[in-house]
Amino acid sequence: MRLGHYVALIDWAERALGDAFVAVADAHAEEHEVRRTSLRFARECEQTAGQLEPFRSRYTADVGASSPPLPGQRLGGPRPGPLGLLRDLHELAVMVAECEVGWTVLAQGASGARDRELLDVCERCRSATAIQGKWLETQLRQAAPQALVVTR
Amino acid sequence: MFDRIADPWGARTPYRAGEAWPVRVDHHLEAGYDDADVDWSRTAAVLHSNGDGLDLAVADGRLVGVRGRADDRVNRGRVDPKDLYGWQANASPDRLRRPLVRDHGELVETDWDTAMARVVEHSRRLLAEPGGSGRIGFYTTGQMFLEEYYTLAVIAKAGIGTPHTDGNTRLCTATAAASLKASFGSDGQPGSYADLDHCDAIALYGHNVADTQAVLWMRMLDRRHGADPPAMVAVDPRATPVAREADVHVAVRNGTNQALMNALQHVLITEGWIDHDYVERHTIGFSELSRTVEPWTPERAARVCDVDPGRIRAAAEIIGTSERLVSTVLQGFYQSHQATAASCQVNNLHLLRGMLGRPGAGVLQMNGQPTAQNTRETGADGDLPGFRNWANRDHVAELAELWNVDVETIPHWAEPTHAMQIFRYAEQGSIELLWICATNPAVSMPDLPRIRALLQRPELFVVVQDMFLTETARLADVVLPAAGWGEKLGTFTNADRTVHLSERAIEPPGEARADLDIFLDYAHRMDFRDRDGEPLVKWRDAEAAFEAWKECSRSRPCDYTGLSYALLRERSGIQWPCTTDAPDGTERLYTDGRFNTDPDVCESFGHDLATGASQGEETYRAKEPDGRAFLHAADFEPAPETPDSEYPLLLTTGRSLYQFHTRTKTARVPELDDAAPDVWIEVHPDDAAALGVGADDEVRVESRRGSITTPVRLGTVRRGVVFVPFHYGDWDRDDAVSAGRPRAANELTETVWDPVSKQPMFKVAAVRLTSCDGEVA
Repeated sequence: MRLGHYVALIDWAERALGDAFVAVADAHAEEHEVRRTSLRFARECEQTAGQLEPFRSRYTADVGASSPPLPGQRLGGPRPGPLGLLRDLHELAVMVAECEVGWTVLAQGASGARDRELLDVCERCRSATAIQGKWLETQLRQAAPQALVVTR
Repeated sequence: MFDRIADPWGARTPYRAGEAWPVRVDHHLEAGYDDADVDWSRTAAVLHSNGDGLDLAVADGRLVGVRGRADDRVNRGRVDPKDLYGWQANASPDRLRRPLVRDHGELVETDWDTAMARVVEHSRRLLAEPGGSGRIGFYTTGQMFLEEYYTLAVIAKAGIGTPHTDGNTRLCTATAAASLKASFGSDGQPGSYADLDHCDAIALYGHNVADTQAVLWMRMLDRRHGADPPAMVAVDPRATPVAREADVHVAVRNGTNQALMNALQHVLITEGWIDHDYVERHTIGFSELSRTVEPWTPERAARVCDVDPGRIRAAAEIIGTSERLVSTVLQGFYQSHQATAASCQVNNLHLLRGMLGRPGAGVLQMNGQPTAQNTRETGADGDLPGFRNWANRDHVAELAELWNVDVETIPHWAEPTHAMQIFRYAEQGSIELLWICATNPAVSMPDLPRIRALLQRPELFVVVQDMFLTETARLADVVLPAAGWGEKLGTFTNADRTVHLSERAIEPPGEARADLDIFLDYAHRMDFRDRDGEPLVKWRDAEAAFEAWKECSRSRPCDYTGLSYALLRERSGIQWPCTTDAPDGTERLYTDGRFNTDPDVCESFGHDLATGASQGEETYRAKEPDGRAFLHAADFEPAPETPDSEYPLLLTTGRSLYQFHTRTKTARVPELDDAAPDVWIEVHPDDAAALGVGADDEVRVESRRGSITTPVRLGTVRRGVVFVPFHYGDWDRDDAVSAGRPRAANELTETVWDPVSKQPMFKVAAVRLTSCDGEVA
């Protein structure tokens, strides 16, 4: 069993994602929608990590040797200005995508382990993560032409 | 004649269900004139969204009065008090008569050539550089005519190629459009005012119709005074005239609409007040909706909304057991927290009960302004014309074909830039030319200190096109004097899809020009061309613009092809769609329970209501909507700003019956201005007592954004809530602002908006009150 390994990995990844959302919200406080929605997602990430808590103890023996965290789970920024916002949202999108893959992997593990409870958490969290991804894509699509082509 | 200021709704003409609303012709002529002295000129009302059919009285080349059109389906002769007197604003001595340009920091009079040359030179310079199209933005209005919006949309989308066009309709009607798209697949009012003639229940959600659409309220009152009156439910934190008339008034704490809506649906489902057959055949999403509202018992919602749970049950019973239900929705929902979500829940109630598309059963997602509907139809609000879907390649290609331009010219790579974002780009400097038409953001936008500062950035070139030197125009680089209603020809469409023609009754003052002529002049000077090198804008007058628009609307939900100026001169008010199949127009949409949700037809592939994330074509298609409507579900979430110890009261902003918008016209009309000359704050007597203030005492109202000073009125609001009308800017009292005592409600409001409709939340801000007694004056 290596389920504990993945539970720990995603727990860590969601916390890192939550911190990144907070950092972007703070750095772009003048972008009202970005700030507000990023803080909302940060709270979601925290709740998500909380939902994994029972499984951390359930699969505590299965963590195995410590391994490096997911490679994409770090924010290079935050960076100022319209281009900086674009880069920050881009990185958040990568982090979210990595979490989404993580939930898929964990859900498969939960299915194999016949752990209905964990599977429910995975499905719920994966759809929340998917919405985060779609929101970032919506923002990126809108911000990109203005930041890349129009802003001097 | 009644004193229509003291008694704004006039005499009752009661009628019963199924009868025609009796005619009552209101009219008003300037002293010294009677009917024999005047010529009548056809138009409709422009100081609200109701679209009342009117005739303007003309004598000696000027307006001298007004009368209601007895033959009009909207008002059957009645005239709103604002319209009874509002026409006098046209003759104000301070109308703009000549263009102005800023020289050495001062606005000075000039001629049209000089003013337009500055605008054109600036535009050309921006467009000559890569990315230039994204440096030009338009912020317009809900008060121009259809022909003007459509012409502007073509100039912006196919001439310049900018995605940055929106209007003040973002502040007033964006949520109506967003909720209709979300529930039914496209914009377009499902119901009709005539549904009031048949209904047995009326539910009004955040809609103080008595003040905002006085003639529609007369129709409701006349039913209430007739035999078999309809039951009435009002949801409003204030004891408005509507709330006082209602059988059940649910005085929710503002910012909690979604909790109430979930509880109403909870009761409908648990009591079995559901048309299961309709839900099964014509909707998607019932099981998720049931799950979402399941925990929302009236008791739970009552705690969130701070109302008696019995009121919620009583409201649900009226909604759930009526046989012909009319619901109306306005700013209490649109300008509040979870705006699109809560407005969709009203649509849900009608879907759950199968209350659409038949006499007496209709939803009216209202508009605030007279021509707001046309900005949405023509795409002046940023959307694509004809309710087309920006994410549908075929829809974009249709427009490219119609306009004979490359598909790539038309911005369609993302959702259009909404007003709040346009102002953000202007603030950041990536929009360098902002053209503002017939609106006054320096009073109507949230967080005015910020708006004034960004409009004054020296790098931003601001063009203002208006009838008057508004607070905004004073900050402009070029001011273009515009002709007003009654001084130009065109059409416009009200909140229930009724199209009216408005004649040119008189000449505009001085050198003022119709907005259409200004846009045509700009297009000509800019020399916008189509793919074959022909002029892009191929029309030279209003009727030709209307004909061009008809082609654009062909086969879309807002099909105008059966209309013409000739027909609109023959009949007063015709509802779209009007086609060869429906030559008399169409009273109700969705009579067959088939909605515009087919992926190839729909105006939007939808959003996540909580975050505004676009869900995308693939997800939309996977739902296989196939003409079924969407039942959207959303849990309640607390508002972004709630009262705390520092700012313990909840501010809601709103309207007076006698003023319109930022009073640009109504303050120049003696009868109206005398009726509501100055700002006030309404405070609950208990809250006032706790603060030690009484009626007429001057108080300072502060939020985290700014402060105002205003006298107190006691009553009408629920405890913990205060109300300030938003009309009162400071163009007529410079000294007060310079003395640091501004009065505009939006000094206090926050820059925060609904994730889907992007409509700002003017109804939820935390404030504190302090007595001005003892302050140094």
